[in-house]
Amino acid sequence: MIRVTVNGVTYEREVEPRLLLVDFLRHRLGLTGTHVGCEQGVCGACTIILNGDSVRACLCFAVQTDGSEIETVESLGTVDNLNPLQKAFQEHHALQCGFCTPGMLMTGVDLLRKYPLATDAEIREGLSGNLCRCTGYEHVVRAIRSVVEAKNGI
Amino acid sequence: MKPPAFEYLAAETLEQAVAALADDEAKVLAGGQSLVPMLNFRLLAPSLLVDITRIPGLDLIEEDGDGGLRIGALTRHHVLETSALVRDRFPVLNAAMKHVAHLAIRNRGTIGGSLCHGDPAAELPGLVLLLNAQLKTTHRSIAAVDFFASALCTILADDEILTEIRLPALASRTGWGFEEFARRSGDFALAAVCATVSLAGDNVAEARIAVIGAHETPLRMTSAEALLTDRSSISAAAEAARDGVSPNDDLHGSADYRRHLIGILTRRALTAAWQRADAL
Repeated sequence: MIRVTVNGVTYEREVEPRLLLVDFLRHRLGLTGTHVGCEQGVCGACTIILNGDSVRACLCFAVQTDGSEIETVESLGTVDNLNPLQKAFQEHHALQCGFCTPGMLMTGVDLLRKYPLATDAEIREGLSGNLCRCTGYEHVVRAIRSVVEAKNGI
Repeated sequence: MKPPAFEYLAAETLEQAVAALADDEAKVLAGGQSLVPMLNFRLLAPSLLVDITRIPGLDLIEEDGDGGLRIGALTRHHVLETSALVRDRFPVLNAAMKHVAHLAIRNRGTIGGSLCHGDPAAELPGLVLLLNAQLKTTHRSIAAVDFFASALCTILADDEILTEIRLPALASRTGWGFEEFARRSGDFALAAVCATVSLAGDNVAEARIAVIGAHETPLRMTSAEALLTDRSSISAAAEAARDGVSPNDDLHGSADYRRHLIGILTRRALTAAWQRADAL
């Protein structure tokens, strides 16, 4: 039995040890905003925040997260009330098919918390672990840049 | 794929973990950033995973004597990247961590896990060699130079757990350089070179060079180190490092290309180390 708090709601569930955290979130809790891509830690689509740090939910077992606080893309905003990063993604056309977007957003959240992101090179380096196969990265960089600038009052 | 089925134990003490590892199909689970992909690929099928991350006291960074550090094996890469104590005493470690994978991996991956995984293209195995680390386990203390047996193999016994990395102090006028070449930020290195240069007056008191990605284990280039006597000998030392490695051809680059990279990266790392030492 594990007890985890996801987006402010506490859940208790029996889990098999081999259940990946990403499958736990999607199949057991019905939080399908987090996507499963490569299952080997390369594509970044499953990135979530675990106890304040971005992690790959495909490289972590649900059983390891007993007692943890988890934030997924569902914690950011709603369709009617996007959070500033989501709004920036919309304004800068930072997504096309949207498959990589939950991972891009949660990575963006952690990058914005941990690094000054003073240059585009720093943003690109931070995003280098998140693969997008349709729109490319330029607009994602612009979206994150606009949030950094808003934060710094530019 | 999904990983094969296994039993799971969240060990509360090192003794409990060591006892559980008596099962010869058991594996230690720490950050899981190398182990879980191997499980998902079904390259491994352990009967039991012994999670050591809940054992208290294994993630501390503490001063050790005059200028050294003791770093717990469960320290996450991102902590090493941002620790002020590490930046003060071993800035090369801070700087090198930025080359390790991506933030989400650095947040979760432990330095002990990286060392025990022993990937020949990973940064930490080369860094512990460079810094003459002692690797303390549940059974003994091992010099970094003896720790890596071959690609993805260390000399650890099946029931032995790495607990602490001890870094001896560097001489006061020591500069460092870390140069890596990868095709994409965060990828494993095609080649990387780290170096320290300790100066006494205008002369070299000690030079160290460690090379990553050129052999099945990280390498200390002792003959090249011995050639570094003054600033004009940087090129000779870099050429000796280049000629001292025998990398393999693979999909990512030919042996000649890797040798060429190692020569260039050694020259850059030594030049940076010299400049930093000279400024102290």
